[in-house]
Amino acid sequence: MKNEKLIELVGVTKSFGTEQVLKNLDLYILDNEFITLLGPSGCGKTTTLRIIGGFVTPDTGKLIFDGKDITNLPPNKRQLNTVFQKYALFPHMNVFDNIAFGLRIKNTPESEIKKSVGEMLSMVGLSGYENRSVVSLSGGQQQRIAIARALVNKPRVLLLDEPLGALDFKMRQDMQYELKNIHKQAGITFIYVTHDQEEALTLSDTIAVMNQGIIQQIGTPEDIYNEPKNAFVADFIGDSNIIDGIMVKDCLVNIFGVNFPCVDTGFGNDKPVDVVIRPEDVILTSPEKSDMKGTVTSLIFKGVHYEMEVMARGYEWLVHSTKMEPVGSEVGIYVEPENIQIMHKPRSEDEEAASVDE
Amino acid sequence: MLTNKKSLWLSGPYLVWIAGFIILPLLTIFYYAFTNLQGGFTFENIVGAVTDTANIKAFGLTLLLAAAATLIALILAYPLAICLAKLGLKKQKVFIFLFILPMWMNFMLQMVAINVILEDNGIINYLLSALGFEKIHIANTFGAILIGMVYDYFPFMLLPIYNTVSRIDGDLINASKDLGAGAIRTFFKITFPLSFPGVISGITMVFVPAISDFAIAEMLGGGKIMLVGNIVEMSFTKGHYYQGSGLALILMAFVVISSLVSGGDAEAEGGAILP
Ligand SMILES: Nc1ncnc2c1ncn2[C@@H]1O[C@H](COP(=O)(O)OP(=O)(O)O)[C@@H](O)[C@H]1O
Ligand SMILES: [Mg+2]
Repeated sequence: MKNEKLIELVGVTKSFGTEQVLKNLDLYILDNEFITLLGPSGCGKTTTLRIIGGFVTPDTGKLIFDGKDITNLPPNKRQLNTVFQKYALFPHMNVFDNIAFGLRIKNTPESEIKKSVGEMLSMVGLSGYENRSVVSLSGGQQQRIAIARALVNKPRVLLLDEPLGALDFKMRQDMQYELKNIHKQAGITFIYVTHDQEEALTLSDTIAVMNQGIIQQIGTPEDIYNEPKNAFVADFIGDSNIIDGIMVKDCLVNIFGVNFPCVDTGFGNDKPVDVVIRPEDVILTSPEKSDMKGTVTSLIFKGVHYEMEVMARGYEWLVHSTKMEPVGSEVGIYVEPENIQIMHKPRSEDEEAASVDE
Repeated sequence: MLTNKKSLWLSGPYLVWIAGFIILPLLTIFYYAFTNLQGGFTFENIVGAVTDTANIKAFGLTLLLAAAATLIALILAYPLAICLAKLGLKKQKVFIFLFILPMWMNFMLQMVAINVILEDNGIINYLLSALGFEKIHIANTFGAILIGMVYDYFPFMLLPIYNTVSRIDGDLINASKDLGAGAIRTFFKITFPLSFPGVISGITMVFVPAISDFAIAEMLGGGKIMLVGNIVEMSFTKGHYYQGSGLALILMAFVVISSLVSGGDAEAEGGAILP
């Protein structure tokens, strides 16, 4: 990943009818970056991708590519290629002709096309499939043909819209590794859209979490996971305990009457805040060691860890731990200060999704 | 599961229908086509049908007219279908309804109306002379029949093409542009090939009824232009059942052949007459 901005969206808005789908979106994408737009269905991910691809024109705002304004450039003139949500392979052409499509448009000599298509097919593990009809292929195979059809044109940017959405669990995992490899091999920028937070965490250099047409937070997977900026991000990225708390003073938060030392400052004194604690950061102790005492109400074995729910002071705490406590046992709750995330409360309902910290 | 007996009962009415209104008339035609006046077997009616100069001329004219009507309908319907498919869903329904509305109007009325428009003292000539142009003579000509056919069969061309075009996934068009193709190349490489089944059924659904037509020719040709259908009709009304059947059989062969050439697509795409 180079530290140069390749694509920039500046103040982009888009409405369909009366529904404002993108609200003043600012986003830059670095050269060679694997960036993921992550958010719930309907939050505007596809629309953002289509604006970059040129299939949707923004109402206001600009799209800068490599320093040039390409807001009004038609898609066929842009140096990027797309893997569409349902692949959009041409059903009347075989695998070879699908992949060769872009090269033929550029009048590449047929011998060269043959070579390039062969290379692409071997890269996606489908050598020998040249003459197959695309409709006879499985979802995973179609998906790989779609990637090959895009990459054969050596684009500077590949846009992928939920490319693994139609695949079963095992296939998704295999393809995630494959995509990561392809990204490394091709050495180009990937802009990836998904609503699957695990997929985003696994694949991306950078994640932009979106909700209701607004980017909530942008950062590395570690940043997003460990330091969510607001309750929406915390809730969307993995399971979380999101608790009403009161910031007593710097580095001390009161949760349901119990004071917990933390590391956050600058929230003022006696201010209501959202407290986010990841379930794996909740440590169960013997009851006498903590003022936050509770009872285990459920226990599920999840493979690598146990998932428990602990009822303490009227709140059901979600706990992940490799040590199990049987249902009904009395426990104390402890959290390391640096594992407590303090966040401003949104000022209104509307802001629940919209607010980005100031 | 239905027992054989029960299913026979259920399909009974259809079997009677098929036997009475399809098989029996066909057999009758076959019988007359291969029988001479004395009641003996003969090929004369068939040979006569294709060697008589009046008949050959009629066949030529019929094929020419049907082909011309099909081509004109295609040229008019194709761009229209593409435009319709680009409209919003609600507008599409309204426009499709408007375009198939004439189909539900009485056939005779349609023909009379076309005549009123085309007559020597009709609307077209009125407009032409009002604008200072010379009048044209088009009523009761080949041209009038052609116009009538195009008008009458137009929905059968439009609907199958519209059905296929409107079902093309928009992302296929996007993908083509994404891969560098402009609007024209996208049309020839994606839209047109994918609309082809609709074009084939449209052609079949216009060409086949056009070659067996006699009513439009009679109504708009003023009885002066004889298509094969008109000769067949005349033979029967004059009591020449044997020659008429021979000719009808040849015509039927043409119909069957042109349906087969277009394959089975015709029914699939033409099936949905309403949007
Ligand atoms: N072409 C369109 N016409 C009307 N509404 C649209 C169109 N495209 C998207 N939308 C609406 O915009 C919102 C965001 O859509 P989209 O960008 O596809 O979301 P996502 O990909 O995040 O699920 C949705 O409410 C969707 O219904
Ligand atoms: Mg989407």
